[in-house]
Amino acid sequence: MAHVDDKLGNAGEMLQNVVAWPLGILFKLLDLPISAIQRLIGIRRMPWFFLLPNLAFFGLFVILPLLMNLAYSVTGGTQLFLQDRPITGTEQYRFLFDCGSYADPLTCREDRFWKGIFNTSIFIFFQVSFMVLFSLITALVLNREIRARGFWRAVFFFPVLLSPVVVALIWKWILLRDGILNAFLVSIGLDRILFFVSPEWAMFWAVFVSIWAHLGFYTLILLAGLQAIQPDLYEAAEMDGTSKERVFFRITLPLLWPNMLVVIVLALIKGVQVFDEVYVLTGGGPGTATQFIVQYIYNTAFTNQVQNFGLASAASMVLGVVLFILTLTQLAATRRRDNG
Amino acid sequence: MVDATQTARSVGSMLTVRRGRGRLHWTDVFTYIYLGFGFFLMFAPVVWLVLSSFKTPSALQEFPPTFLPLGPITVEVEGYDDSLLLFDVTMEDGSIQKLAQVRRIGIMAQMVDPDAPDERLSIPINTREPVRELRMAWENYRDPLERFNFVSYLWNSVIVTLVATVITLLINSMAAYALSIYEFRGRNAIMLFVIGTLMIPITVILVPVYIVVTNLGMINSLWAVILPGAATPTGVFLLRQYMLTIPKDLIEAARMDKASEWAIYWRVVMPLAMPAVAVLGIFSIMWRWNEFLWPMIVLNRSEVYTLQVGLNSFQGELDVQWHYILAMTVVTLIPVIIVFAFLQRFITTGIASSGMK
Repeated sequence: MAHVDDKLGNAGEMLQNVVAWPLGILFKLLDLPISAIQRLIGIRRMPWFFLLPNLAFFGLFVILPLLMNLAYSVTGGTQLFLQDRPITGTEQYRFLFDCGSYADPLTCREDRFWKGIFNTSIFIFFQVSFMVLFSLITALVLNREIRARGFWRAVFFFPVLLSPVVVALIWKWILLRDGILNAFLVSIGLDRILFFVSPEWAMFWAVFVSIWAHLGFYTLILLAGLQAIQPDLYEAAEMDGTSKERVFFRITLPLLWPNMLVVIVLALIKGVQVFDEVYVLTGGGPGTATQFIVQYIYNTAFTNQVQNFGLASAASMVLGVVLFILTLTQLAATRRRDNG
Repeated sequence: MVDATQTARSVGSMLTVRRGRGRLHWTDVFTYIYLGFGFFLMFAPVVWLVLSSFKTPSALQEFPPTFLPLGPITVEVEGYDDSLLLFDVTMEDGSIQKLAQVRRIGIMAQMVDPDAPDERLSIPINTREPVRELRMAWENYRDPLERFNFVSYLWNSVIVTLVATVITLLINSMAAYALSIYEFRGRNAIMLFVIGTLMIPITVILVPVYIVVTNLGMINSLWAVILPGAATPTGVFLLRQYMLTIPKDLIEAARMDKASEWAIYWRVVMPLAMPAVAVLGIFSIMWRWNEFLWPMIVLNRSEVYTLQVGLNSFQGELDVQWHYILAMTVVTLIPVIIVFAFLQRFITTGIASSGMK
């Protein structure tokens, strides 16, 4: 570990030397006007000066848009600017939720929205459960006394850094009609499968590729949790001759549970917003088999012939409420984990 | 395998604890099978991408595909102006001979022995196999760089990544400085507000941010990609947690020396917070380099595409030119792999300690 820190230190030093000079000039340039501001408003108000740029960005690109989203969702028409749009009240929401039966998307007036919700739910169910299962197994395996642990951790982690487009293209190339996977199937005497023509296969690969890409991230969180468990507990269990299975269910799992909860909620938050990889991989198809909520919003607002900003905003609000609840859960789960 | 006593002593070795001397538990076997399988599953797709990216369009269409990028061998034969394709031919007596093809007529081919070019042989085409050698189709890499907008995509991505990261580091560290060094009325409220913005990811406010950006006249400009995500709650939070550990005495001492607040931020706090700033910097570079949905919405002209948007537009075309796409995917992947190779431990500890990605 020490030599890695040294390497980082050297890299940091080099970086510092390269950037120190322009930064020094920048500092001198800014010091004068900002000192003047400090004399003007007094030291007590300086924190507000430091907060200002950040709050301005949040205001302009988060808070204002949130209010606008609400406003757009209660207006209709196809105009871009709010002042041109007729107020329609809750009509967009009523339209979204107008269903013969909520169990069947086809009975809904806006069936693409419900198909999106159904697809997202199916995706989340499989993606999150298998993600938790495999990240747990991977973390347990990596936590063992294995040679070159850093290398093995990197093996499972590196796809996390790849862009969703790259991930999707890598797998698309494998899964094509004449791709290597079909070549393998043919070579062992099976028939080719047109993975992107079958709705079930398309959903399977959407889940699989998304797990492949993000497994390393959740594994890291669980690995950190495993390494925080006191070794004396295991030593005591060993002295008592407790079986490994029992140790796992009585010590490891309960102590890891707070981290598992964080992983589950984080995976849910990411899962609800699934878009990038699957959009490039399947384009939402075949038909609408892998079209998720975010793609519904994106299509409704930006790619359809008629850009329906009101409907997209209403759907966004629905997604927002779900995410709001999930994020509150996440904060609570993280707090519980970190404060014991 | 590791020595049993040493294993038992090691930290967090819950599953490796062995009862009895050298007895293999099923988990030991499982571990190595899992690692081997994982190694294959994680690396093979990338290896396949890289190998495929060096194949010519005709080699890419082969089914079943060859493992390595192969190209046909041609030979110069005396008496012929063009160079001829070389084949392995199974002769009637069962021996295999290397022959060059002069021309093909229907199911027969006229071939010559390169060493005895005078005699022409008529060979059924199903008895011959082209002789091939390893050949890298570098033109897959060269052409997109010369003929398409690929260089401008690359350039746009670099600009977006660098400018956005500088802005992100500056404004988030300023906010974190204010929230960690000063005691002032409203500090907790602001902190709550910052954490609150965590609940509103860009996917929830796509439409209104698009309208804001349109109003600012930034559609089809790189600013539309750079600015909306510049202030990040996770960034403020990460930096603030780190800055809280800086001793207050240092700041008091600087004030005694009549340092301005800006100088304290820039000369005292920022250098001390460098580890956290570096983590946020690396994350920001990753986020920006890989960003896809938002750039796709605000960039509609090919000249302003970033790498990810450009790559996606290539694969969406009717006549998909996979040989270019694969090569460009490799190019997109390289910077990330380089960063990872150098900063692996840094990134992984950063994620493990902050829980962000």
